[in-house]
Amino acid sequence: MDLSFSAEDLAFQREVRSFIAENYPADIKARFDAGLEPHKEDFVRWQKILFEKGWVAPAWPKEYGGTGWTATQKYIFQEELGAANTPGIIPFGLSMVGPVIYTFATEEQKKRFLPGILSSDVWWCQGYSEPGSGSDLASLKTKAVRQGDKYIVNGSKTWTTMAQWADWIFCLVRTDSTVKQQEGISFLLFDMKSPGVTVRPIITLDGGHEVNECFFDNVEVPVENLIGQEGQGWTYAKFLLGHERSGIAAVARSKRGIAKLKQIANTELADGGPLIEDPDYRRKLAELEIDLTALEYTELRTLARESQGKGPGPESSILKIKGTEIQQAITELAVEAAGYYAFAFNRRAMDGANEPIIGPAATAFAAPSYFNMRKTSIYGGSNEIQKNIIAKMVLGL
Amino acid sequence: MDFNYSDEQKLLIDSVERFIQDDYGFDTRRAILKSEDGFRRDLWQKFGELGWLAVPFSEEDGGLGGTAVETMIIMECFGRGLVVEPYLSTVVLAGGLLRLGGNAGQKETILPELMAGTLLAAVGYAEPTSRFNLADVSTTAEKTSGGWVLKGRKSVVLHGPMADKLIVSARTSGGQRDQAGITLFVIDAGAAGVSRQDYPTVDGLRASEIILDGVAVGEADVVGAVGEGFALLDRVIDEATAAICAEAVGAMETLHKATLEYARTRVQFGQPIGRFQVIQHRLVDMYMAYEQAKSMAIMANLKLDAAPEERRRAVSAAKVQIGKSARFIGQQAVQLHGGMGMTDELNVGHYFKRLTMIETLFGNTDFHLKRYAA
Repeated sequence: MDLSFSAEDLAFQREVRSFIAENYPADIKARFDAGLEPHKEDFVRWQKILFEKGWVAPAWPKEYGGTGWTATQKYIFQEELGAANTPGIIPFGLSMVGPVIYTFATEEQKKRFLPGILSSDVWWCQGYSEPGSGSDLASLKTKAVRQGDKYIVNGSKTWTTMAQWADWIFCLVRTDSTVKQQEGISFLLFDMKSPGVTVRPIITLDGGHEVNECFFDNVEVPVENLIGQEGQGWTYAKFLLGHERSGIAAVARSKRGIAKLKQIANTELADGGPLIEDPDYRRKLAELEIDLTALEYTELRTLARESQGKGPGPESSILKIKGTEIQQAITELAVEAAGYYAFAFNRRAMDGANEPIIGPAATAFAAPSYFNMRKTSIYGGSNEIQKNIIAKMVLGL
Repeated sequence: MDFNYSDEQKLLIDSVERFIQDDYGFDTRRAILKSEDGFRRDLWQKFGELGWLAVPFSEEDGGLGGTAVETMIIMECFGRGLVVEPYLSTVVLAGGLLRLGGNAGQKETILPELMAGTLLAAVGYAEPTSRFNLADVSTTAEKTSGGWVLKGRKSVVLHGPMADKLIVSARTSGGQRDQAGITLFVIDAGAAGVSRQDYPTVDGLRASEIILDGVAVGEADVVGAVGEGFALLDRVIDEATAAICAEAVGAMETLHKATLEYARTRVQFGQPIGRFQVIQHRLVDMYMAYEQAKSMAIMANLKLDAAPEERRRAVSAAKVQIGKSARFIGQQAVQLHGGMGMTDELNVGHYFKRLTMIETLFGNTDFHLKRYAA
């Protein structure tokens, strides 16, 4: 056991750090540092930069475009991206459907879809939740009926994140209603420009537009877009959720969040002194930072197990639960630090309008972020569902 | 970065685990608690024969040259068995002070016996008014021609009743809470002027109030440098804190497993209570508290050799997490065992009591939160 980085790891860290310093576009950095609503183009441009370098898919096997890094190197890479506040890798292509395709799809499908995922030329969205199927995902009703060499898809999906930007969707559909719920589900890919697809925005409580409703009205999908076996979609869906969880601890980003909180608490005044000197606030900040340290080492232990070929197992649900609790707590403390100026709704400035910000810039979007981050304990399998998973898969209850 | 045990460390785990399983069952421990001595000298000898008492000492000093990881392994296993023998006091605390601050004479005379299991030691770092502040020392050491004379009182000296040697902090200069001016002395437990009031602790250990009433010590009995005992004590208490974090992890693991097993087998309303979601989620919360505590115990033990500032923050962060996890797991284990959890005959209460004392030992959660945020 040893926490130190080897000379090779330190050299790798320097390489990553200087690459980011030299290649992270200043305009994107400015927007992200200010906490403004990101543009689609920000994500695509940054992912393309990483793609050109060969670093966009560290988790993928090398043969499909992965980096072949050790667990420590992956950790260092994530740390550096987080510290530099680069755009997060959009998970739908690279972390979700990509691994399903290279694991379960035909050679032809791999050739067709993987290059666009790696190059970020194709933006994917996730067709899982439905108005009547949230945590009980297997009850989904969107129907795909086979007609010759096509499936005809009818139904709707909801909470579809960034569907307004998506070129393609990976979609869970019911192909058989006569068998057990889980056995009648299939995994289909289709073009969002197909006739019969409608996307309607859902505005969330923070005023933002991230999620959408998607309606499918007799959408024709060629059968060659089916992944794996018809009726096996639930297996692929669960596999995908496992992958989704493994990056969800967001330790590096939360570290940055806490560093920013400290800056804020050093400038905000309370009773004539910096807020950081208020013992109650200081204590909450310290507890949060300790919680994050514990999560960081739990993640490192998970990575260590993974590098020995064990995992990511269901214990990675801990990372989802603790990671999201901490992300939420950071935004709570930012709202507390903002005091009255948390009231000011700088939505238009946040969306990039050339408008003056009311109150200090550092906390201008504290309240919208706080409201927005409530999603994290709901999405990706709610934290209650994660506890069910641990109870069943880890504790054997 | 590496989170794996070496092959030798795996052997050590096997050996301590086997001892707990074969020789330290719940009934054996209960008999020890009721005995006059409050520990088993024959088992202590066995620790010596197995080399466990020599683990942290350098090969130069006759030890095995182990790292903090070996101590962590032993303490975690001891936590699973709730071992009451004076490992923490003799090897980690007194042994740590001598290892890092002992002069050649002290190392030559004390360490071989300590490692052989024939000499027990305890450390007096707390006083009735000091609470957790190691610098709050009112025991005085007055200079004489040939040495020093100690006067004062050391409170709740763990394993004091069985100790042959005591190491105590005393003030040789400065004000009551100054870090400068504290000196550590090693004394014979039976020296003239030493009197003890011995008592059991609620978690089955033994402790003493120790009165020092004009105890004469020589120059050669100073551990470390005169007036500079604080940094040494602070460092060794951090090592001991990391050690009890590991002990707590072992105790929490056993407690969680016992509660899980109980939830699987206890039938109410026609089904095992582990089928109820409210019980399942509680057990998941306990599991997460355990995993987070284990992560922090490893982190703290691996950072003991870092620069003092980093070491302090690491140890305090770990102690905060362990304190919270230990309280939660202990309380919930009793809760989920229902009435049985309240009984002395079931092991659950015994683990809960030890975890509760660990929560306070070397500074409680509030103390370490403040120390971390300082």
